[in-house]
Amino acid sequence: MNRFKREFLTGPYIVWIIGFIVLPILMIVYYGVTDSSNSFTLANIIAIAEPIHMKALLLSLKLALVCTVICLLLSYPLAMILNSMKFKHQNFIVFIFVLPMWMNFMLRILAWQLLLSNNGILNTVLETLHLPQFQFLNTPSAVVFGMVYDFLPFMILPLYNSMSKISADVIDAARDLGANQLQVFIKIIMPLTISGVLSGIIMVFVPALTSFVISNLLGGGKVLLIGNVIEQEFMQNMDWHMGSGLSIVLMIFVIASMAFMNSHNKDGEGTAVW
Amino acid sequence: MGKEFIHLSHISKSFDNDLILDDLDLVIKENEFMTLLGPSGCGKTTTLRILGGFETPDKGQVFFDGADITMLPPNERKLNTVFQKYALFTHMTIAENIAFGLKISKKSKAYIDDKIKYALKLVNLDGFENRTVDSLSGGQQQRIAIARAIVNEPKLLLLDEPLGALDLKLRQDMQYELIRLKEELGITFVYVTHDQEEALTMSDKIVVMNQGYIQQIGSPEDIYNEPINAFVADFIGESNIIDGIMIKDELVEILGVKIPCVDTGFHLNQPVDVVIRPEDVELVDPSAGFMEGDVVSIIFKGVHYEIEVHANGYDWLVHTTKMFPVGTHVGIHVIPFNIQIMNKPESNDEKAVEINE
Repeated sequence: MNRFKREFLTGPYIVWIIGFIVLPILMIVYYGVTDSSNSFTLANIIAIAEPIHMKALLLSLKLALVCTVICLLLSYPLAMILNSMKFKHQNFIVFIFVLPMWMNFMLRILAWQLLLSNNGILNTVLETLHLPQFQFLNTPSAVVFGMVYDFLPFMILPLYNSMSKISADVIDAARDLGANQLQVFIKIIMPLTISGVLSGIIMVFVPALTSFVISNLLGGGKVLLIGNVIEQEFMQNMDWHMGSGLSIVLMIFVIASMAFMNSHNKDGEGTAVW
Repeated sequence: MGKEFIHLSHISKSFDNDLILDDLDLVIKENEFMTLLGPSGCGKTTTLRILGGFETPDKGQVFFDGADITMLPPNERKLNTVFQKYALFTHMTIAENIAFGLKISKKSKAYIDDKIKYALKLVNLDGFENRTVDSLSGGQQQRIAIARAIVNEPKLLLLDEPLGALDLKLRQDMQYELIRLKEELGITFVYVTHDQEEALTMSDKIVVMNQGYIQQIGSPEDIYNEPINAFVADFIGESNIIDGIMIKDELVEILGVKIPCVDTGFHLNQPVDVVIRPEDVELVDPSAGFMEGDVVSIIFKGVHYEIEVHANGYDWLVHTTKMFPVGTHVGIHVIPFNIQIMNKPESNDEKAVEINE
């Protein structure tokens, strides 16, 4: 009886999973492997090999990779500084970094579009100072900039989390045993934060790989990512079959990268770390 | 046990305007087991961290074998520390933990393997090389922490309440292990604890500290039998500490009664602290004692009964092997030799002896 009751409580969650996760995926798979006459075909998936699609996928992988590396390089020292601060300030600074996450990300990207546009605030300021104007918008760099801006907190938080778990005694012990600052970093801090690094990489790389709004707004249609291609198939060409086929390919990349990271994460710490 | 090895010279240290150590001066001799004993916040851990190089004193110098090491970082000091919470490296095996210091100092692989074997044998954990830290109990982890420290052959081993997290039985076993280790290794130990029993069991010399000042330095026997002031008396074992007035040499008045003692050399009518150990109080016939009172409570403690006797407005703590039911009217007697007379704190330094509970 009790057992039945407990399982009953999971009911809404199961409905949620089926309705909003399993069914949509099944539908995408269905559309992906059929054509407009509803007969089976792999053409939609093989279509990734078309030059324009392949180019978009490679660009997506490249920009996502660059974004992840930049986030990691920015976040690691930042998390270390945060961690070394006195306790009463610590939480406040973390709060400041996480604050933008609570605002709609599209709004934030729109704001950057206004700031960076050729007649935007940045260039107006540069003009009044008689400095050369800055053509930044609508370049791949602008897209990476937007991605880094958006996804940075997702890298900082797991890193900071894993760093704050290292007790000061452990650092002292390493120093006591003869390690200098650099050796402490390489032999103690890095290995003990590896799970945070892996979590952070997944949490930045996956959304960066699949994003299309940032490239729409900051790339001005000139930076075509795989996300943009899929969006266009659905919204402009109304070709749900092609869109779904390409989505399946992208999903495979996402799952593969997560599986790769998880297999290297010995501590078994989940990706949702806060 | 001979020459001066460590000298902490006129050390002062404060954190956020809070004075932790005030002009502390301490000499540690070679091969000594010295214990810094005191309540939390007395500055004993700060003293140890200054020795280890984790804190820099605001004033004063640290001499190690004659050399000034005050500004030397911890990794360049020829000493090792055993931390309170073990501080093992959880991402390494036991062997890698023990080898950490040796690898840093670039010893050969054969030498390192030998040392790991030797150290594990020394702490009675042979065959634990490839175990993970998580699979060890608290006592085993602490022994690995000790092994990790001693393989580097330090001349000085610092131990920061290393047994604090262990249960009573394990703590007692480890105390004997530490004494054995110290004898086998022949190095200097500086041990920090707030546990007076631990200090009395293991030390060659005890330094009793309170509020940043050294109260007394001496052998365990000295500290227990001849406490220099009321704080030491109270901290090392239990005591009856009573306000008294010195009537003349060898006569003191407490709680309105004049009783003979053996102390001389105080001023006439000088206020003093009178310290009497509970095991030195004898319960006798009401007429035979110097004071009469009633038993208020009695607790069986195994070796003895702990009895509280209310007499002349003071609750006497008494340890005796005889049973006295609650309500018994008894006399209190103490032989003059067992009555310790101490000066009341006067100078600035001595203010720290006041007992804060």
